[in-house]
Amino acid sequence: MNWRAIQTLYISEMARTGRTLGQSVISPVISTCLYFVVFGSAIGSRISEVQGVSYGAFIVPGLIMLSLMTQGISNASFAIYFPKFIGTVYELLSAPVSFVEIVTSYVGAAATKSAMLGLIILATSTLFVSIHIAHPVWMVVFLVLTSITFALFGFIIGIWADNFEKLTVIPLLIVTPLTFLGGTFYSLDMLPPFWQKVTLINPVVYLVSGFRWSFYNTADVSVGLSLLMVCLFLSVCIGVVAWIFKTGYRLKS
Amino acid sequence: MAEPVIEIRGLSKTYESGFKALENVDLDIKRGEIFALLGPNGAGKTTLINILCGIVNPTGGSARAGGFDVIREFRAAREKIGLVPQELTVEPFTKVWSTVAFSRGLFGKPKNNAHIERVLKDLSLWDKRKNATRELSGGMKRRVMIAKALSHEPEILFLDEPTAGVDVELRRSMWNVVRGLREHGVTIVLTTHYLEEAEQMADRIGVIQNGEIRLVDETAALMTQLGEKRLAVVLAEPLERVPDALADYDLRLAEEGRRLVYTYNAATGTTGVKQLFHDLDAAGVAFVDVDTEQSSLEEIFVNLVGADR
Repeated sequence: MNWRAIQTLYISEMARTGRTLGQSVISPVISTCLYFVVFGSAIGSRISEVQGVSYGAFIVPGLIMLSLMTQGISNASFAIYFPKFIGTVYELLSAPVSFVEIVTSYVGAAATKSAMLGLIILATSTLFVSIHIAHPVWMVVFLVLTSITFALFGFIIGIWADNFEKLTVIPLLIVTPLTFLGGTFYSLDMLPPFWQKVTLINPVVYLVSGFRWSFYNTADVSVGLSLLMVCLFLSVCIGVVAWIFKTGYRLKS
Repeated sequence: MAEPVIEIRGLSKTYESGFKALENVDLDIKRGEIFALLGPNGAGKTTLINILCGIVNPTGGSARAGGFDVIREFRAAREKIGLVPQELTVEPFTKVWSTVAFSRGLFGKPKNNAHIERVLKDLSLWDKRKNATRELSGGMKRRVMIAKALSHEPEILFLDEPTAGVDVELRRSMWNVVRGLREHGVTIVLTTHYLEEAEQMADRIGVIQNGEIRLVDETAALMTQLGEKRLAVVLAEPLERVPDALADYDLRLAEEGRRLVYTYNAATGTTGVKQLFHDLDAAGVAFVDVDTEQSSLEEIFVNLVGADR
């Protein structure tokens, strides 16, 4: 293992966040605040408690998940797409590093950023509602696993994309609908029975449900199943990334 | 012969499109030499370098750099290699110093500010070290790329078309840097499609065309072989035939007798030009102008590979 290369890449990726503070941290925080104002205060005040917590507090775990997923994807996909786009990827490919080092640093940095962002949003939300975390350790486990999984997913998109449109099409057309329909803003038992079944094919449901359980001890699906699903997505992403580097897909000719 | 630092055996590359970029290339590059890969555009120069650096996967054959297989022992091999690719590509938002230090770290070398300072100074980049690379001119960006390639103290440096789009001054200072590197024992492989460039810089030249190495030779030997020049004497009055007094020169008349063309080899030492002018005078042939012409790379290729084209 070329640890120094991992360290170098990781630090340079984190430094990029520093340079783009507005884009990477401030804008997601602002949009989360807007969700709170609209759904938490304005509309939320008319909604009765959900699963024993106020609606404003109920949506907090879902909002954090929403940011973890979208930001994890956009950070990691852009991080690897950009060197491909401007051509500096040559250096990465000609360096004495294997895919393990490349993925560890890029995905590690992107996951770190989204996990940090999740915590910032959590802190922000305490300004609006009072939050109680029932299982802090599990909260962190879900936070970390989800960050890594979606950073990996973003990395795959960044490799696959050969133009800017492709870079945004999957987050826009697949990930955003799945996150909105994944129980961020509602509990599954609010849905008609038929849609309760349909929604179970949405992977995001399991992530949000498990994460919410770590806060309020209530869940739509069992926690074990949530954890299993997170690990399953993680394994699928790792498998795809391993295949990409084995074949040099979209990286080497 | 010094031990080869790069050994290429039967290397082939066929791209997915079916284009054969390299066919069964065998090549040894000696430690400490400057080797020029000379060939027209699309000859396979960049593909060859990219395979050695790990950017392109070969479809056949093997290559070793610094004694290590470039695929099976890629870490050890790549640590010894620095690459300056043809296109100007530098990360636009980082500062010169950080991007060079980044390259060193990426290649697994411990921090060494003194080395980076030396590299930046050698390339006249020291004053620009705090500038973001996007603020630099094209020539300066090229220097940054060289600095990045030298940041990890490679034993082998690949320069892919290093002087494409580079002004005379930068070209000269780049060659000084390259010569300095060779004095420190760095092996340098450069690609070019300019014969003059290969001639000025290289100890040995390999001619590549259509993905095959046609010829590898010492520069001096190759220039003798290829250094044919033509001297055209523009006459004051057209001649019907070459005067007998000048029969020894193997002259021919061109442009309806208005030019006398003398072919000689500039690399052999004695060109006979001075004597020719003297004899022209003696024979009473008046001339108004002279013109010299060197074999172009295209002509050289025709000479080299004329048989099978």
